[in-house]
Amino acid sequence: MSAAPLPDTAAARYAGSRVRRVEDARLLTGAGTFVDDVTRPGMLHASFVRSPHPRARIARVDTAAALALPGVHAVFTADDLNGDVVEAWYTGTGSMVPDTPRPPLAAGEARFAGDIVALVVAGSRYLAEDAAELVDVGYEPLPAVADYAAARTAEALVHEGYAANLAGELAGAPAETIADAYTSAAHVVSETIWEQAQGAVPLETRGLVAEWSRGSRELTVWAGTQAPHEVRMFAARLLGIPEHSVRVITRDVGGGFGQKVVPMREDICVLLAARKLPAAVKWIEDRRENLMAAGTARHEHGTARLAFGADGTLRAASLDHVQDVGAYPTPWPVGTGAATPMIFPGPYRVSAGTFTHASVFSNTPGRVAYRGPWAFETLAREVTLDIAARRMGIDPAELRRRNLLRRDEMPYSSPTGMPYDHMDPLETLEQALAVLDYDAFRAEQAAARSRGRYLGVGISCYAEPTTPAFGVYATEGATIRIEPSGKVNVYVAGGSTGNSLETTAVQLAADALGADIADVHTIQGDTAVTPFGAGTGGSRSGSMIAGAVGVTAAELRDKLTKLAAHKLEASEADIELARSRAAVKGDPEAGVSFAELADIAYFQPYALPPGMSPGLEASARYAATGMGLWACATHVCTCEVDSMTGKVTLLRYVVGEDCGHMINPAVVEGQIAGGVVQGIGGALLEELAYDADGNPVATTFMDYLLPTATEVPLIEYAHVETAPGPEPGGYKGVGEGGAIGAPPAVVNAVADALAPFGVTITRLPLSPAVVAGLIDEAGGSQ
Amino acid sequence: MADVSIEVTVNGQLRRAVVEPRLTLADFLRERCQLTGTHLGCEHGVCGACTVLLDGQAVRGCLVFAVQADGGSVTTVEGIAAPDGTLSPVQQAFREHHGLQCGFCTPGFVTSVTAFLRDNPSPTDEEVRAALSGNLCRCTGYQGILAAVRAAADTTSAGTVNAGTNNAATTNQEAR
Repeated sequence: MSAAPLPDTAAARYAGSRVRRVEDARLLTGAGTFVDDVTRPGMLHASFVRSPHPRARIARVDTAAALALPGVHAVFTADDLNGDVVEAWYTGTGSMVPDTPRPPLAAGEARFAGDIVALVVAGSRYLAEDAAELVDVGYEPLPAVADYAAARTAEALVHEGYAANLAGELAGAPAETIADAYTSAAHVVSETIWEQAQGAVPLETRGLVAEWSRGSRELTVWAGTQAPHEVRMFAARLLGIPEHSVRVITRDVGGGFGQKVVPMREDICVLLAARKLPAAVKWIEDRRENLMAAGTARHEHGTARLAFGADGTLRAASLDHVQDVGAYPTPWPVGTGAATPMIFPGPYRVSAGTFTHASVFSNTPGRVAYRGPWAFETLAREVTLDIAARRMGIDPAELRRRNLLRRDEMPYSSPTGMPYDHMDPLETLEQALAVLDYDAFRAEQAAARSRGRYLGVGISCYAEPTTPAFGVYATEGATIRIEPSGKVNVYVAGGSTGNSLETTAVQLAADALGADIADVHTIQGDTAVTPFGAGTGGSRSGSMIAGAVGVTAAELRDKLTKLAAHKLEASEADIELARSRAAVKGDPEAGVSFAELADIAYFQPYALPPGMSPGLEASARYAATGMGLWACATHVCTCEVDSMTGKVTLLRYVVGEDCGHMINPAVVEGQIAGGVVQGIGGALLEELAYDADGNPVATTFMDYLLPTATEVPLIEYAHVETAPGPEPGGYKGVGEGGAIGAPPAVVNAVADALAPFGVTITRLPLSPAVVAGLIDEAGGSQ
Repeated sequence: MADVSIEVTVNGQLRRAVVEPRLTLADFLRERCQLTGTHLGCEHGVCGACTVLLDGQAVRGCLVFAVQADGGSVTTVEGIAAPDGTLSPVQQAFREHHGLQCGFCTPGFVTSVTAFLRDNPSPTDEEVRAALSGNLCRCTGYQGILAAVRAAADTTSAGTVNAGTNNAATTNQEAR
């Protein structure tokens, strides 16, 4: 497939405008269909028995009392399910990597508090939970590896066969090869930055309904997933049945943020159990399970080493990175983990840099993807840059201005080999600073300090790889049918979890065909009727759907044009498609509706132009030309810190984002805002905390604090569209950036506010107690 | 404990059922009334996704037992729009201002805001934020929601509401 530009749509009216979402009517009236809303005849309900110990030998599992409870259908243990696995690898990772262990149910040893030991199936959820309490598990507690940072020297092993609890290591060029850049530098600043464990925490927990049809040997799965086709491929391999014997149906999904990218162990158990049950089985995770077992993210630290010339010119940027992968990382964490330090040099002009990466096991759940999984690189770099700016006596905005790449320097290869192109980092800084009026804020800050009030401003810049276009993500397909009525149906894989993919597909198809948007409908999320697509992830859906709809609609546009020219006895060159009509240029009265053309195409084959096939349907796949699309942004945040209580109040928040052209600015801003507030949560509130023994202590929303409407600032946007992407439409990804840029912007703002105290911040989250403690440690006064 | 017979008026319709005393109102609505618009996000009373109006008051459906609603009147998100499907001012404002993305928390926001603006038709921005603080959203960063509530307040306090489109308010007044 070529990456031909989108057809010249003179009638383009929808892309670029704030089209109202087609999803909203059902969601606002309670008529959505989330996975827990699905019911099937005779449906059974599942509940898991979970280990209360961070690490324990499982001596026995006695299911007799649970099975004796009326209404209980089955209790499965590792002996019942684990042997049924045929293959269990994720398409994006492939079958050839040295994947980490991921047994369906814990066999022999429980490896975190919350590890699944048995699966109970009963006639109702209430009964299943009652029965789960009756399963008698003999645990023999073992010493746990609670702290990943000490895991490499711990005596205990999370998994036999992984010496020093090391899941894997990767490294760039040896540090000595760039030693000159450091020894010759005027300033070298090195800091170790620590990020706490966080969760994706979609408001809808995980869940699925799996139904095995014995007669036809087919599996139907209703899944809350970001990738219905991945669930299908995975389930087929898992059960050893043909892909066409699995159908996955996904309608509404209540957020994913990476947690619902691939099936996890609970999903695997339910898929395996379904084949042994007489009716559909539903598993809906509760919030406690979600916080203690649905995976952790962001738990990592790294030593950043930045070298500067005397004028603040960045000469080298290196990161030694260690991440906690827990007990059962999903998927394989090493390759994606190494991306973190590889992206570390960021959107800056710097010629030297290298990295090391280590993925380390611990007796905690397991690392999973979370919106911008590599985001730690931006935190480590931007926080260290601000520390460096203070030490060198250069304003942090000026330091970035001197070092950020410009559009006219593209393409540019980072010292770790990242092939930047089509982005404008400096412009995002300038626009964001202009919106804030940076100089005015500095004056306001000085005045406030003289009155004993501590205001601060924080800046964070990043370059973000979006729309990865290789492997499972390389292509995206669409089928478009102009039905006999003339109405349009667009079929794409979907995987929308609040990303407005239905609205996006409808907008793009309406423009590409010249249809009235009210005539366009989309069908997504059902593997039986949609073309393969890898789902949401990697900030890929907008640009890849644009490509898929573009190449597919181009075929239909050509057919509509030829058919209309034939019918109207006009030249093809004079036919215009707009508002669901084909008209002759300069003679709007001479036209024919899509409905009339469809009637000919389906019911009057004799009236078609010679050689034209009947019908109005096309399927095509789009392949991106490069390996991905680079977006970039600058976040600028201001805050006030109460020096007595440590409370941080965010005042203003500006995002200057270069995400290419926008399909729907309301959707773009919604994605940015949602990510920013997740990042604010990570900087100030959220922590999946464990005690020293490895017991989870944040298993409710009273302990795991999500941002609420009372904490968030008004977010201001400075869209930068000066460096559109190279693919059709000039779109780039925008799903993850907000979450990447926000934590360091907030940290830097707090550090700037506390600069008079000489405070250096290297650990998150910045709870009031932590901030007050930092001020106390620094002597408590200026 | 023995099962209990209850009668609950749900969105104007009388529902009779025999339930376990431990059945939550949210599960009663979802499973016994097939009103799945009421969502469960935490089942411990923090996220607000399961908010419904019980005798006019916004309550957490996960923290109320169905038996406690016996004899009462419940309005769920399915009962907020007019019978002809016309969205209420609150629903309309959420749609106009991108006040929802995945839509999972949305029913709780719609019901909470409906009750809030009924009781405080002209709130300050601070009052709006405080009123929303009992409902969690993970998608929007609250930006569109805050704008939507402001717009809905401005619309309703300007007296432009078509009384016939607010089914919830009508039901609740009758229930008192």
